[in-house]
Amino acid sequence: MGWLQAAPLALILLAFLIAPIVMIVIVSFWGATEFSIFPAFQFDNYEFLFSSPVTYRVFGATLKYAFITWALTLAIGFTTAYFLAFHVRSLTMQIALFLVCTIPFWTSNIIRMISWIPFLGRNGIANQTLISWGVIDEPLEWLLYSDFSVILAFVHLYTLFMVVPIFNTMMRIDKSLLEAARDNGASGFQTLVHVIIPLTKPGIMIGTIFVFTLVMGDFITVRFMSGSQRANVGRLISNDIGLMQYPSAAATAVVLLCTVLIVIAILLRFVNIRKEL
Amino acid sequence: MGESGFCAVWGAKDLSFHAIAPSHVPDALNGDDMRSGYDLELVHLTKRYGSTVAVRDINHVFAPGSYVCLLGPSGCGKSSTLRMIAGHEEVSEGSIVLDGQDVSSLPPAQRGTAMMFQNYALFPHLSVRDNVAFSLRMKGVDKPTRHKRADELLALVDMTHLADRLPDQLSGGQQQRVALARALVTEPKVLLLDEPLSALDPFLRVRMRTELKKLQRELGITFIHVTHGQDEALALADEIVVMNDAVIEQAGPAREVWAAPRTEFVARFIGGHNVIDLPEGKSTIRSDAIRLSDDGLAATITAVEYQGASVAISTRTDSGDDVLALLPEEDFFKSPKSPGDAVRLSWDDGRLHRLEV
Repeated sequence: MGWLQAAPLALILLAFLIAPIVMIVIVSFWGATEFSIFPAFQFDNYEFLFSSPVTYRVFGATLKYAFITWALTLAIGFTTAYFLAFHVRSLTMQIALFLVCTIPFWTSNIIRMISWIPFLGRNGIANQTLISWGVIDEPLEWLLYSDFSVILAFVHLYTLFMVVPIFNTMMRIDKSLLEAARDNGASGFQTLVHVIIPLTKPGIMIGTIFVFTLVMGDFITVRFMSGSQRANVGRLISNDIGLMQYPSAAATAVVLLCTVLIVIAILLRFVNIRKEL
Repeated sequence: MGESGFCAVWGAKDLSFHAIAPSHVPDALNGDDMRSGYDLELVHLTKRYGSTVAVRDINHVFAPGSYVCLLGPSGCGKSSTLRMIAGHEEVSEGSIVLDGQDVSSLPPAQRGTAMMFQNYALFPHLSVRDNVAFSLRMKGVDKPTRHKRADELLALVDMTHLADRLPDQLSGGQQQRVALARALVTEPKVLLLDEPLSALDPFLRVRMRTELKKLQRELGITFIHVTHGQDEALALADEIVVMNDAVIEQAGPAREVWAAPRTEFVARFIGGHNVIDLPEGKSTIRSDAIRLSDDGLAATITAVEYQGASVAISTRTDSGDDVLALLPEEDFFKSPKSPGDAVRLSWDDGRLHRLEV
């Protein structure tokens, strides 16, 4: 009977997770010409990928986005969660404020992304306001279609994924531990460093995995917010697909998947998140 | 927790004492009284939460170096009182004077008090040794020194062999010893214990209370122990402070509170007493002072409970008071009674105690 109970989940995972990945891995070994693709088992796609300097540059850019976005979402997410968990006293208020945090996420990602464009544009609200205040004389060019706007959008889109797990972990910290720390002469900052942060690590790690995988796999944000002037691995794959170069796209996808898995494996070495799941 | 182990720690303590917490060293020049402990006094202490009063205008002087139990039902204000002394609750009105200094506005760590929390509140990510050394680490004491000091305290509570474990890997009793060591490492003048035994099973509870009492005698500092168990308070306390409804109902040596409860509440809460409405006013009579005899107060037996050395007989008098008589086993079985029997209760008049309130 045991296998029967496990069967539905196993089937779903098989059909929607294992099978597609296997398919991608198989296709990544296929061959391609300008006008056709054919089944084969050859390493041409990988050879081309690893010999091209573009690959390294794009992977580098993607990791840069992931790292900067991670650092900013962590800083904002930790602060928000800390405020919610330790400064807001009543549970009702905590839940209310937490829901307020999630409201922007009732809108689609793309709408939230695009809504930045009129704000940040050359003659957008931001530039016009700054000019009218006399802070700047001419519009700032780097506000839109730049690394700045890409990272801004990433942070906007993904901070909640950091807030939720950190808040969840913080809510489980016994409040008497904070009193015990105070009783033992710890200042507020010492309590943060020696008690709260160590005990929040699993939440930080789960948030990190969320944000890292989301940014590594993204292509639409980079395309919209950089005005197609910046590249990341997702756009590399999407371009290949646009050109019907499925084997090449599949090979890039496999390398991306491996990169993400390796980073997550390294992260999990540092922190045990099992207790949180 | 042998006597010798304790002496070793005490000796070492005098050496390291000045380095770690010079402010806690009793001032030899301030010598008009030569007591081993420190005075702790509550002056018109009041705690309000919004419009509810948790602690109402309490005045009390805790005798230096004594084991004091704050006893009362839940919600009587005993925990609020303790938390105000510890500095984890703001004082609404009044002051807390420790060793001649008003500490009521100081942060917890500067008061000279240390608190042992109800669930021990050990840091789950730190080893036992690091838990004990936590306060020293906060003061910036270097690692070898603080570990050495932590090991001395762990020896005091007989936990040296588990110093590298995490709190999760310890039993309740072991966690409590670690919590004690962590509180004592700060060299407190007063140790505050918030229902320290409530998380333990009954057997361990009895053992730990013996150890607490022994530790208090050895250290000579004041222990203030909050509990709702009268047996715990009687077993431990030099002084019992019975609280009810935000005020102190009665305070005094354990025997005095037991022998002469001032109010009906104290008589009922401390146990072992019957409160009887007599023509001359409400009085108490101890359960073990009541005899079944041929004349006296008429009553009907409602239950008989064999308790080993004695037999507890619940009766209801004709005027409707419930009276419990505790008879020595031998006396009862000379003429056994069963529920429903009519009996007469008598006692020596000298043992009847009139309630003041």
